[in-house]
Amino acid sequence: MNLSIEGVSHVYGRTTALDDITLTVESGRVLCLIGPSGCGKSTLLRLIGGLERPSAGSVLQEGAPPPGCLNPLTYVFQDFALLPWRTVAGNVALALEHHRLGRAERAEIIADVLARTKLADFRDAFPRQLSGGMKQRVAIARALAVRPAVMLMDEPLSALDGQTRELLMDDLVSLWERERFTAVYVTHNLAEAVRLGHTIVVLSRRPGRVHATLTIDRPLADRQPGDADLEQHVAHLWDLMRAEAEAADREVLDA
Amino acid sequence: MPDVRPQDRRPVPFRGGGFRPHPLPWAGPAVFLVLLAVWEGAARAGLVSPLVLPAPSAAAAALWSLVESGRLWLHLSASLQRLVIGWTLGTAAGIGLGLCIGLFSLARAGLGPVVAALFPIPKIALLPLFIIWFGIGEGSKVATLFFGALFPTIIATAGGVDSVDRTLIRMGQSFGLPWRDVVLKIVLPGALPAILSGARISASIAIILLVAAEMIGAEYGVGAYILLAGNMMATDQLIAGVALLSVMGLTVAFLIGRAERWLLRWRG
Repeated sequence: MNLSIEGVSHVYGRTTALDDITLTVESGRVLCLIGPSGCGKSTLLRLIGGLERPSAGSVLQEGAPPPGCLNPLTYVFQDFALLPWRTVAGNVALALEHHRLGRAERAEIIADVLARTKLADFRDAFPRQLSGGMKQRVAIARALAVRPAVMLMDEPLSALDGQTRELLMDDLVSLWERERFTAVYVTHNLAEAVRLGHTIVVLSRRPGRVHATLTIDRPLADRQPGDADLEQHVAHLWDLMRAEAEAADREVLDA
Repeated sequence: MPDVRPQDRRPVPFRGGGFRPHPLPWAGPAVFLVLLAVWEGAARAGLVSPLVLPAPSAAAAALWSLVESGRLWLHLSASLQRLVIGWTLGTAAGIGLGLCIGLFSLARAGLGPVVAALFPIPKIALLPLFIIWFGIGEGSKVATLFFGALFPTIIATAGGVDSVDRTLIRMGQSFGLPWRDVVLKIVLPGALPAILSGARISASIAIILLVAAEMIGAEYGVGAYILLAGNMMATDQLIAGVALLSVMGLTVAFLIGRAERWLLRWRG
C-alpha cells in the first residue's frame, strides 16, 4: 500500500504550518522527513495518520493494506505513549483488545512481537521499571502487533541518550531488513535520516514546504556510522538547512 | 606547581546535609503516651476538676461501659450506615458527573458554574431543608452526606480527567480504540490518582457532616451520643465519644490509603 499526499496545507489560527506538500510514500521504503524545529514535520505526520484534518489537500491510501493488517497507519511516538498502569504485555494488548481475535491468537501475537523486539523477559514489567530504550522497544512491539501497512514514527529516538539511540538504530535497521516495513520517519537528526532513510525529504521553515528531496541508494544494512558518502549526505543536508535552522532558532514563538 | 606548606592544606568544609526527614517510628507513640500520662497525672493530682476534663482512665471506663451495655454497637452502626451509604452514593455520582464535565464541552460549560456555586455552601446549612424534603429520619442525614461528598468528588474527577496526558489519548485513537475504550482504559485510570485524593477529602467532609447532622436530630449515632453526654455534663462519656470519632477517621484514612496502594501499585 502506498500513501499519496497531495497538495496538503495546514493552518493553525493565523499561522500557516504547512503549505502545499506533495509526497508519495512508497511501499517497503523508509521516508525520512527532516527540517528545522517548528517546520511542521510532526503536524504533517499527524495529518498522514488521520489524527488531524488538513486545511486543504488530501492524504490518500493507494491499494489495499496487506491481509491480516489490523491498523494500517500506526504511530510510534517520541515520548513512547505507554500506559503506566499496564505491564509491557498489557500495553501491547491494548492495541489488540478491541479487535475480534481469539484469546489464544492474541496471546500468540503478543508473545511473537515481544520476542521480535527482544522483550520476552520483560513482559510483566511496568513502564517505570524500564529504561528509555526499552520503553521505545515496547512501543515498537505494540506497533508491530497490529501489522501496520505504514509505520508513522515521530522522532522515535529523540528522547533517548546517544548510546541507546545507536543501539536502537541498529535494531530498527535489522527489523527493516527482516520485515521490509513502510515508514514515514520524522527526525531532526541528520545522522539518523541518512542511516534509516531511503528517501529524505527536507522541509523548509514555517510555512513548511518541500525544500529538497534526496534518495540514498545504498542498502540500509550496508550503512555504517562514519561512512564517507553518508557523511557527505549529512554535510549536504546541513548546507540545505543551516540558514533555515538558524532563523528558526532566533524566532520568537507567539503562543 | 608551587610548594604548599602542610598547615595550609585543610579539608573542604562540609555544607550539605539536612532537609531530609528520616523515619523515627518510636517518636509518635512516645509523644502520645507522654500526653496521656501528663493528662492522667494532672487529673489524679486534682489539678483539673474531673467535670471540666476527666482523666483518660475515666473516659476509658465510660467507653467500656458503653461496650458492656451494648449501646456502642447501636450508636456506631447507625453512624457507619449513614456514612457508608451517603459517602458511597455521593462519590459514585460525583465520579459520573465529574467524568461528564471532563469529557463533554456542554456538561463543562453548563454544569461548571452550578458546581462552583453549590460547592462552597456548607451542606449542613441545607439539613433543615433536607428534613422538610426527606423527613427527620435517615433520608435527610444521608442526603447531607451525599451532597457533602458529591461536590469535592466532581471537582477532583473533572480535574483528573483534564490532567490525563493527551498523547496517551491520541495514542489510543491512533490504534483505532473505540471511544468507550479510550474512556475506560485510558481516561479513567489516568484520572484515578486525582479521584482517590478527592475521596480522602470527601471522606473527611462526610465525617464532619455526619456528626453535625446527628447532633441536630438523631436518636442514635456517635454525634447524638456526644451531644447527649454534653447535655448531661458527662464529660467522661463525651471524651469517649470524641475518641471514637478519632478512631473512625483513622480507620477511613487507613482504608483509603490501602485502596490507593492497591489501585495505584503501578506507580511503585
